[in-house]
Amino acid sequence: METLGHLAHGFSVAFTPVNLLWCLLGTTLGTAIGVLPGLGPALTIALLLPITYQVAPEASFILFAGIYYGAMYGGSTTSILLNTPGESATIVTALEGNRMARSGRGGAALATSAIGSFVAGTLGTMGVAFLAPVVVKFALAFGPAEYFSLMVLAFITVSAVLGSSSVRGLTSLFAGFVIGMIGVDLQTGQPRFTFGTTELLDGVDVIIAAVGLFAVGETLYMASRRYAGKDEIVPLKGSLYMTAAEWGRSWRPWLRGAAIGFPIGAMPAGGAEIPTFLSYAIEKKLSKHKGEFGTVGAIEGVAGPEAANNASAAGVLVPMLTLGLPTSATAAIMLSAFQSYGINPGPLLLTTQGDLVWGLIASLFIANVILVILNLPLIGLWVRLLKIPAPQLYAGILVFATVGTYGISQSPIDLVILYLLGAAGFLMRRFDFPTAPVIIGMILGPLAETQFRRAMTISNGDWSVFYTHKLSLTLLTLAFIGLAGPHIWAFIEHRRRRGPEHVPGDA
Amino acid sequence: MLNRRRFLMSTAAAGAAGLVASHLSPAFAEGAPQIQLFVPAAPGGGWDQTARTMDQVLRSEKLISGSQITNVGGAGGTVGLPQFISQWNGKGNSLMVAGMVMVGAIIANKAANNLTQVTPIARLTGEFEALVVPAESPFKTAADFVAALKADPTKVPVAGGSAGGSDHILFGLIAKTVGVPATNLSYVPFAGGGEALSALLGNQVAAGISGFGEFSEQVKAGALRLLAISADKRQEGIDAPTLKEAGIDVELFNWRGVFAPPGISDADKAAMVTLVETMAKSDAWATECKNRNWTQILLAGDDYAKFVTEDSARIEAILKDLGLA
Repeated sequence: METLGHLAHGFSVAFTPVNLLWCLLGTTLGTAIGVLPGLGPALTIALLLPITYQVAPEASFILFAGIYYGAMYGGSTTSILLNTPGESATIVTALEGNRMARSGRGGAALATSAIGSFVAGTLGTMGVAFLAPVVVKFALAFGPAEYFSLMVLAFITVSAVLGSSSVRGLTSLFAGFVIGMIGVDLQTGQPRFTFGTTELLDGVDVIIAAVGLFAVGETLYMASRRYAGKDEIVPLKGSLYMTAAEWGRSWRPWLRGAAIGFPIGAMPAGGAEIPTFLSYAIEKKLSKHKGEFGTVGAIEGVAGPEAANNASAAGVLVPMLTLGLPTSATAAIMLSAFQSYGINPGPLLLTTQGDLVWGLIASLFIANVILVILNLPLIGLWVRLLKIPAPQLYAGILVFATVGTYGISQSPIDLVILYLLGAAGFLMRRFDFPTAPVIIGMILGPLAETQFRRAMTISNGDWSVFYTHKLSLTLLTLAFIGLAGPHIWAFIEHRRRRGPEHVPGDA
Repeated sequence: MLNRRRFLMSTAAAGAAGLVASHLSPAFAEGAPQIQLFVPAAPGGGWDQTARTMDQVLRSEKLISGSQITNVGGAGGTVGLPQFISQWNGKGNSLMVAGMVMVGAIIANKAANNLTQVTPIARLTGEFEALVVPAESPFKTAADFVAALKADPTKVPVAGGSAGGSDHILFGLIAKTVGVPATNLSYVPFAGGGEALSALLGNQVAAGISGFGEFSEQVKAGALRLLAISADKRQEGIDAPTLKEAGIDVELFNWRGVFAPPGISDADKAAMVTLVETMAKSDAWATECKNRNWTQILLAGDDYAKFVTEDSARIEAILKDLGLA
């Protein structure tokens, strides 16, 4: 096969000692920045752009790719241990992962996320190597109408994280919409809910909101309930890594997560967040251990979303390498690095710069291996963090959250927002409102709005676009089945169980 | 502020980044000045790249011994501008990178500060815009596009960057010139060139307007057809007329330039103009501009000040027509 030949050649580029070192440096750096909230791969690569003046293109792209994949691994660590997501793609990981950590299975949560990331990252990279042309065709078929229908589908699945009371869950979701609307409206350029503050024109960063609501809110809640004396330290239960049962519960979610993440990541407006929501919802639906979700933490709820976010990271590279389309901030900056070498990213990249592209793809496989080797032994070290007594641990989380938030844009306003949302998170926790739907509302709300308005602008106000486009109709149908399906099923079940009583003569 | 040194200290990760960067920085030239570059945008964007390329060229040409780059991003530069005016006042060794996007943002955001409050040094580069259609489009020439626009502007959805940005402004100017009311236009804003590009490749919209560089590779590959460019004259190696040649009397460069803070001495200003002009005329700068598809449109000192005023007036008028100011 031609692709295999290219790939073998790519490995010969990536396997030189110098390039392996760049890969190691990139993955280590990436893991570190993933751990820190506020420092994302896009910012790090932007700050490292000047190295493109000094080193060969292969080396710098191998470094950047390592950072990119490494950040996806690192982001989950803090989500699980400290409930402080380092990346927006790992917000969902915090939901079950942190509960697992608090019930003594932090090691297993970290292990399933590292191995799941490896599995999905490798599958995703294989997708980039072998399926890119097919996937990109599918992704381009998504216009605003299709995206809106995809959002509708995502909204339906959100019900999985709404918690026990749907009124409370929906209240949180709508609060998220409002926060998500803050800032300049992309469609008209007009500011909304900014109260004349210049700093609010760009909106509220979703990471700040997640850190505020999850980490700061949780810290305040713990502080308010603390009584003097006893410090509870959660003992580690069972194996440090994963038990056989946990392996058994993880592998299907890994594969499903990869299958959801890769194609959505490849869509120009897909992103990494939506596949994690979808994966979480699906795992919750399919799990045999529904009772563990939201209580002691279900491993499926970590394995699926973690696989989904790593596969979507690979998916993002598909439009970037085949069409020169940057679909995430990180991809955009990597593309500008191509330009410093006088290489124009575009549909001809693969033919004109074959060495570079295949070297990059090969280095992604290597980065994945390095990352899993790097991360598994670290788990033993990370879980020791949980042995820190609660007051010190929570004080540490607070410092960490504050420094990380300040790191995002060095703006004091962001700190005010962090603590306001922290206070809101505390009150929500106190009065039993779930906080995750706020974040989901913040991400999905504006996306759905933008795509809806784009679709209506293009169709000149004609609603039929949502059901005349085949893909859009399919998605809406799926959403309808998701919404009505369980009720219809329950109704049928109900009828069937009651059935025999009404059949005369049936003993 | 994204002061690099403080940034490095704040995090271990960036510390490692610093190791790489400092390891690679070339030897400092003796006796040349240190300068400060202020970027009112996050790292990675056009202004940031301009600053980092300037830093690179100035150092390699031994015009400066080093520079420090500070990023204060947000709201099209209107978060950084007030800081540059108040906190950098009188600092003669400092430059802010800004451009047409900031002019638009100041007007659209009704910002309290504007570019008349800083000291214009030089306009450096510009990117002309391109009007493109998908390869399958019935529009073969700019005239076809204009005819359809005149017939019914609501049936010609055009994709581009954010509302009120340079792409939207150019669309407004084209419509105004050919006599189509700007309020009737069907403009579909996208967050970035990449997303707008995918809408074009997926045939979701009738046409697209964005920086030429965003589309050039797709045009080369035959996926998009280039109808016209907004440059002042025909460009080498680009097989398309200018808007003017196509009968639409509009010219637009998404320009970028540098400004010194207010309150600097005339001597400092003259020295800065010389420094920037020397850099802009160097071969190293020409090479970087070529790699990045930046057209050199050097204009320094008072001529630049006059240009900024005129361009602001033109942009304000069109933003008013588009209902954004």
